[in-house]
Parts: sequence; C-alpha cells; structure tokens
Amino acid sequence: MTAPLISAQAIEKSYTKGEHKIPVLRGAGMTAQRGEFISVVGQSGSGKSTLLHVMGLLDSPDIGEVLLEGKRIDNLSQAARDQLRNHVFGFIFQFYHLLPELTLLENVMMPLMIRHSFFSYFTKRKEVRDQAMELLTQVGLEHRVKHRPSELSGGEMQRGAIARALIGKPEILLADEPTGNLDASTGSEIMETLKRLNSENQLTIVMVTHDEAIANQAHRIVRLAEGRIATIRHQEPVFPETDAVRIAAK
Amino acid sequence: MYKLLLCLRYLRTRYIALASIISVMLGVATMIVVNSVMAGFTHEMRDRIHGFLADVVVESKSMNGMQDADAQLDIVRDAAGEFIAAMTPTVEVPGMIGVVDAVTGERFQMQVQLIGIDPNGKAEVGPLRDYLGNFQPDKHGKILKSPTDPVTFELTPEAMAYRRQMKSHALRSLNYDTNITPPAPVFDEPGDAAVPVPAPEFDTPETTIASDDGLPDFINAPMERQTNTDPAAPAAALLFLGEQITSYQWVDPDTGERQIENMVTAGDDVFITTVRGSTPPEPSSFNATVVDTFRSGMSEYDSSLVLMNIEELQKVRGMEGAITTIQIRLKDYNNAEEVVRRLRAAFPPGLVSVNTWESKQMLLLSAVEVETAILNVLLFMIIAVAGFGILAIFFMIVVEKTRDIGILKALGASSNGIMSIFLSYGIGLGIVGSAAGVGIGLLFVKYINQIETGLSWLTGRKVFDKDIYYFDAIPTMISPMMVMWVAMGAIGIAVLASVLPARRASRLHPVRALRYE
Repeated sequence: MTAPLISAQAIEKSYTKGEHKIPVLRGAGMTAQRGEFISVVGQSGSGKSTLLHVMGLLDSPDIGEVLLEGKRIDNLSQAARDQLRNHVFGFIFQFYHLLPELTLLENVMMPLMIRHSFFSYFTKRKEVRDQAMELLTQVGLEHRVKHRPSELSGGEMQRGAIARALIGKPEILLADEPTGNLDASTGSEIMETLKRLNSENQLTIVMVTHDEAIANQAHRIVRLAEGRIATIRHQEPVFPETDAVRIAAK
Repeated sequence: MYKLLLCLRYLRTRYIALASIISVMLGVATMIVVNSVMAGFTHEMRDRIHGFLADVVVESKSMNGMQDADAQLDIVRDAAGEFIAAMTPTVEVPGMIGVVDAVTGERFQMQVQLIGIDPNGKAEVGPLRDYLGNFQPDKHGKILKSPTDPVTFELTPEAMAYRRQMKSHALRSLNYDTNITPPAPVFDEPGDAAVPVPAPEFDTPETTIASDDGLPDFINAPMERQTNTDPAAPAAALLFLGEQITSYQWVDPDTGERQIENMVTAGDDVFITTVRGSTPPEPSSFNATVVDTFRSGMSEYDSSLVLMNIEELQKVRGMEGAITTIQIRLKDYNNAEEVVRRLRAAFPPGLVSVNTWESKQMLLLSAVEVETAILNVLLFMIIAVAGFGILAIFFMIVVEKTRDIGILKALGASSNGIMSIFLSYGIGLGIVGSAAGVGIGLLFVKYINQIETGLSWLTGRKVFDKDIYYFDAIPTMISPMMVMWVAMGAIGIAVLASVLPARRASRLHPVRALRYE
C-alpha cells in the first residue's frame, strides 16, 4: 500500500515561558490520506493548532517526525522547508491574515510572487493574474479584486484567503479555525466551499476547529486532549480504514 | 517580486517613514549648501590671492634686491624656461603714503607696500587688467579703457582733464592773491623843503667783465632758455593705488546706507616716502601722481599695496637695475613643484627664496581647508542622527508588521526575502531622501542670493553684508563629486540603519509572528 500523503508521528513540542517549560504536544500523531477531510478538535491549549503548525512546517517538533509521502520533511534545510510551504501546503487562518497594504488580487497572487524570481514572475505575470482572477471568481469575489482587505467583510476576507491558499496548487490545505471568527451562516458558506474543494478537486484538508457542528462535517474527527490524541471518530466510511491513524506511545 | 511590491507599498503607505525621509533630506540639503558656499568662498579667495601673487615667486632675501635684473631673468629662463609662460621683475619695498583729504584738508599718513612693476609684464603674469578701475565700468556704467588696451602708467584723458582743472584752480587762486592791485602809495606833496637834490656823483671806475676775474663760468654763460613746462604734467612717479588705501566707509545716519568715500581720484598727487637702498637706509620722499586704483577683492592687498612704475622706483631708491622679486606665470601649474625645485637649485643658496603662491599663503589656505573639513564632519553627524531616526522608525515598523512577516513566511517566503524587503525599504528611503535633499540643496544654492535678499527683508538686517565679505554676491561652487558623495553617504547610512531591524524581521519565528495580535 502507498504511504499516506502526510503523517505526523509521535510529536512532542513544548514552549518555554520564562523559566518554565510548557509541554504542548506529548506524543500526538495523525495521518491524512490523499483526498481526506479531517477535522482536529480539542479544548483550548490542547495543542491542536501547534500540531497543525508542525505538520505545515511552520514549527519544528522537539521529538517526532513529519513525513510527506513517506519521506521525512521536518529535518530539511530552512530553504527546502520554505519551498515545501510554498508548493505543498496551503494555509487558512482564523484571522484571515491578508496583507493590509495589498489589494485582494495582489494578496491572492502573493504565493506565486514568492515562488518565482523577479524575471520569471515578470514573464508569467499575465498567467498568474488570470489564475488569481479565476480563483476569485470561483469564490465569488471577482467584483472586489481591487479592494483592500480593510474594505472587505470577514466572509469575503476568508474566501480571499482560501483563494490565496489554492493558487499555489497545494496538495494539503491546513485550516486553523477557518470559521472561528465568522457568524454561523458565513461560516457555513466557508465550509461549503471547503467541502466542495475536497469533493471536486480531491484536495486533502486538515482543519482545526473547536466547533463540534463544523467538525462533524469532516470525514474524520481527531480529538486532542492535553497534547495527545484522545479519540478518532469516522463520520462515514468514505475511505477504507487502512492504517489511517497511528497513535504514538502513550 | 513580492519584495519590491511590498517595499514600494510600505514606502507609500507608512507616513511615519516620511519623518526619516525628511531628516535625511535636510541633512543632505544642508551639506550640499554649506559645501557649495564654502567651496565658492575658497575658490574666490584662492583666485584673488593667486591673482596678485603669480604662480611662482622668486624673492630676494635682502630688501636691496639683486643687481642686474636681466641676468637674474636669464638664470630663471635657463633653469625652467620650458615651463614658463611669462615673468616680470618687480621691486617690493615698504613705504608710506601721504594723502590730503580735499574736503577736510586733513593729512593722512599710511603704511603701504610699494611694488615697482612694469605694467605690461605684470598684466601678463596675472589678471591685473581685471583689477584696474579704468577697465571696469564706473558707477555710470562707463568703461574708460577697452580690454584690448595695453596696461600703462598713462593718465586717461578724463584723468588728465581732471588734473588740468585742479591745477588751473590752484593757479587761479595763486593769481587771485597776486592780482590784488596794491593801494596807491600816498606821498606828501613836495613843499617848501623841496629843494632840488643835486645829482649824486659816483666814482665810477672803468671796469670790464673779464673771464679771469675769479667768478664761476656759469655766471657769464648765456642764460639757457627755460622750457615752458606744463604745470599739469604728471609727476615722474606714477601709481596704481589699492582701492581701500585712500577710501573710507561711513554710514549715512539718515538713510543708514553704507557709503564709500574716496579721498583720492586718478589725476591727484600723493606724497610717497620710501627708503633708499643705501646703508644705513635713508628716507626718500617724492610726489607721485595716481593713475588708477585697483580692486583685487582681497582686502589685505587692496588696503596695503601701491603699484608704481619700476624705473622711477629704482631711481628714487638709488638702485637702478636692481630688483627684489621675479613673478612667474607657468604654462601648467601642475609643474610648479618641479619649477620651484629647479629654481632653488639655480640660485646661489641663501640669496633668494622660491615659493609657489600656495605655499606663500599656506596658513590662510590650510585654515580654510581645516574649517571645511570640520564643518563636513559636523554636518555628516546630522545625517547620522537621521540614521538613528531611521533605525528607531524601522524597529517600530517591523513590530507593526510582525503579523505580516509571519504570513509571508507561512506562504513560503525565506528569511533572506524578508530581510531584503526591509533592506530595500531602507535603500528606498535613502534614495528618496537624498534625491529630495539634492534637489532642494541645488535649488537653494542656485537661488541663494534671492533667498538672502528675502531673509534680509524678513529679519530686517543684512544676512550677508557685501562690504564685510567683499563679495558682490554669495559665491557658490557645486562640485558634482561632492554632491555624489553626500548622496551616497546618506544612502549608505540609511542602509546601515535598516540592517538591524531587517535582521530582526528575518529572524522572527513564523508561529510566534502569527500569534502576535
């Protein structure tokens, strides 16, 4: 059988605050197959966001490994990790995190601007622009491309952030409480978009949330408590249960 | 690409950065203005000093000078003839000038330096022609001599007319005294006592005037016919006077304007005293006619130098043919050191000193140089202060942009990429600031005299007093190299100041940056 698309194994991570060492993850691990939609739930401080950051190479684990298609990626060089973040992962955040100085269109194009050098970007700028416009049309924002983030509503900003996460054609979308800052109806719109992406484009999505109703829309729910995996619940057997989850040493 | 886009966007949207741009701009503008004015002053001053000194000066160490001018000139010509464009012998001795103020009748005695020159020779080694009053427009805009006229000790027709008029005034007043008809003597009428006086009887021996009577010959010689000399003819000694010697300034109490009063004009006679070349030196005094006045622009020269025709000066000193100084103009001033070296070797040791004009005025020139250097250091401090401003503002901007830096890193931007955003931001600030500074500085320099007028009007007192500084306008000289160095220095400081904040930005941990709210 093929290796899972991404797997985090026996991750331990702690932060130092002053003289105290605060453990956040104590051996948590999870695995996602290609095309899977997983939600990670848990109370505040249970380490769900940290797990997501470690999987997305925004942070490195103290102990444990992150594997992408069976190859270890958490110990790569800084430059290689930057490249992977740009090419393989797409991020969505609770607070949208669009750059306030740029227009929506420029924000969406940003990952490709980072990917290409000045000259290769210059030769591809038309292509990049069309791509960004197409994505913005898909999320229903084609009429707001020239607006600054401060002129957009929360839902619009989050849809813009989704477009930005998708433009680099990532294999995995990592979403950190994407609906946490939105009202229920806007939140469900976002969820619809994510589900559509998952079903239509076979995009692998790992979503952190504390909202059970939102979490329940995923294929699989991973519950974290005190830095460990507490339970894993399958919503519907979309995928055959292979060795989807491996729980690290207790 | 994103670096450039963000850098430009930050430049346009962060107005606080304007503060640092303005401080860079002011520093750059100040440096350019001060340097240009200092360079202008120095240049003008050097010009004026140089103008009177000639490129290389050979001076006799004795006031009595060197005998046989032609032989000395030959030595110079043999030693370094190929470098020399022109040279002229001069006699330089201290003297006194006596002037009678025509209005008050007051008598002035002043100490001067008498320089005997051959006017044409002197005009060839230096810009004498540009200094003489007759070649410049007077206050009515009239120029008495055209630039092509030779420089001579001849009175201009105008001066001659003036002299004639003055002399005829003097003569008329003399005649007035002598023309008074004496009152007719009153004699007593001859009365009774009028007895005819018998004619006296002289014992007149027959004497004949003989040549052997022991009397000197000239008594017997027939009287030579006296030539009828023109009373208005100029004296044998002719002068070019430094403009400030016989003029004085006074402030009109009614208008508050500064007036310059001249006690002597061309055509007047003055009284000169100098020393004879005998041992011990004796004073020698004579009348001299002022032909013209000169203004070199160096107050030191204009208030102490009197140029005189060299033959007459040699004659009154009893030192015909002797000179004290040889002034030399070179074809190329770059050869000056070589010429000085050769001339020092050519003359007998101890007899003369050979110097370039620069080494003769070294103290003054190096003082100005030191002054400029210190000013530059101080002004560069202004830009350094601006640099610290940039540092502080950049740290603020990095803190403000912490979240954005986290986002960019999450999207795959490298640390170097983040660093170059802020470095190019610094370069951008430096370039914009120095460009604006260069613009403002150059405009200020260009219109400095208009600005000075405006400031004087605004403050009610003269900012730049032409009479004190002896310039008609504030002299400026813009050196492109200087402007370039100032601009580069400012940009360099802006970059240096942005290195620390940029490093800090690049080292931000993405997760911690993202958590930052």
